[in-house]
Amino acid sequence: MAEGKNFELRIITPDRIFYEGEASMVEFNTTEGEIGVLKGHIPMTVIVKPGVLTIYGEETKEAALHAGFVEILQDKVTIMAEIIEWPNEIDLTRAEEAKERARHRISEKSSETDILRAETALQRAIARIEVLK
Amino acid sequence: MASMRNIKRRKVSIQSTQQITKAMKLVSTVKLQRAKTRAEHSKAYFNCMYETVTSLLAKTGHIKHPYLTPNGSMKKAVILITSNRGLAGGYNSNIVKLITKGEMKKDDVAFYAIGKKGRDALLRNGYEMKADYSEVIEEPAYVDAMAICNEVLEAYAKGEIGEIYLAYTAFKNTVSHIPTLMKLLPVEAGEQENQQKEKKAEALMNFETDEEEALNMIIPKYVTSLIYGGMVEAVASENGARMQAMDSATSNAEDMISKLSLQYNRARQGTITQELTEIIAGAEAIS
Repeated sequence: MAEGKNFELRIITPDRIFYEGEASMVEFNTTEGEIGVLKGHIPMTVIVKPGVLTIYGEETKEAALHAGFVEILQDKVTIMAEIIEWPNEIDLTRAEEAKERARHRISEKSSETDILRAETALQRAIARIEVLK
Repeated sequence: MASMRNIKRRKVSIQSTQQITKAMKLVSTVKLQRAKTRAEHSKAYFNCMYETVTSLLAKTGHIKHPYLTPNGSMKKAVILITSNRGLAGGYNSNIVKLITKGEMKKDDVAFYAIGKKGRDALLRNGYEMKADYSEVIEEPAYVDAMAICNEVLEAYAKGEIGEIYLAYTAFKNTVSHIPTLMKLLPVEAGEQENQQKEKKAEALMNFETDEEEALNMIIPKYVTSLIYGGMVEAVASENGARMQAMDSATSNAEDMISKLSLQYNRARQGTITQELTEIIAGAEAIS
């Protein structure tokens, strides 16, 4: 293709347009595992799981993507992110504390703890720490 | 004619009221600007969300799913978004009227209040309140919308309520705000398909997880985003309505003050003339 291998990438949150621009590849974590999307992907909608979002383009950018879903079209990818953060918006100590807390809750395994919630919290904390590395 | 002192007192009181309304107008103008940019920023998200859900439903429209088919309960839940403070013209009463004068029967409705004014009005009218989230409207955040959404959906899943509506004031532009009652659940696939027929043709969507699961994940997000959007727009409308109300209050005060000034001057002239006549008459009587 003449204009190369770039596609349009938009990341939208309820409060702002997080990112808008061209990218050659984007990687993120979904309910079905980690995927990387290139131009010309078949149209697809996937659900996000907490993880690292990596945008490959002129420069490589990373962000922590926690919840939302992604609409993939042939030459356009729209990420509807409920929660997403740039590395500079993350507080490492808080993330580490949250990780410990979540881990603790899961290992306790008392009947009241909401395991699913604790697991999501753990995944989130890991994603945050991962992005900062 | 009222005495000079009375007129003066009245005038001073109206002047100080005018100062208040003027200040309130300025404050709400600033707040409106902020709320407006916020509403515009979040618009992109909702449009996208709407399109996705529509295309999703176009594909899965006839699937049997709890979010798409009525669950049999007659109870209707209304999420009512109003303001915490008054002095905003007809802003709060219009939205309350939409419910009290609407087709819904009082006994069938349970409401979730966001905003004290609407809550108080409906409680006065004898409606049943499920929960109160009034503090949220001061500074709407997406997490708040999530919390509300979770609670409503839980009640829906349990079968306590059969339909969910959102009542808010849509912000069209600075001067026009429309009280709106929107049905959130069950999602009516047919209606939305018609509205978006042209868009639908675009692309056939695949879903990585199966469609039912996708619906399970996306519909709550859709409802959350609508609630959040409603809150953001309602805040903009509230400030717009207050700005208008305060603007007309200020100009009404202006009118009253000029009328009272005229009356005051007439009364003053009248008193002087009377005093003069009395003095002259007195002087003549002596000589």
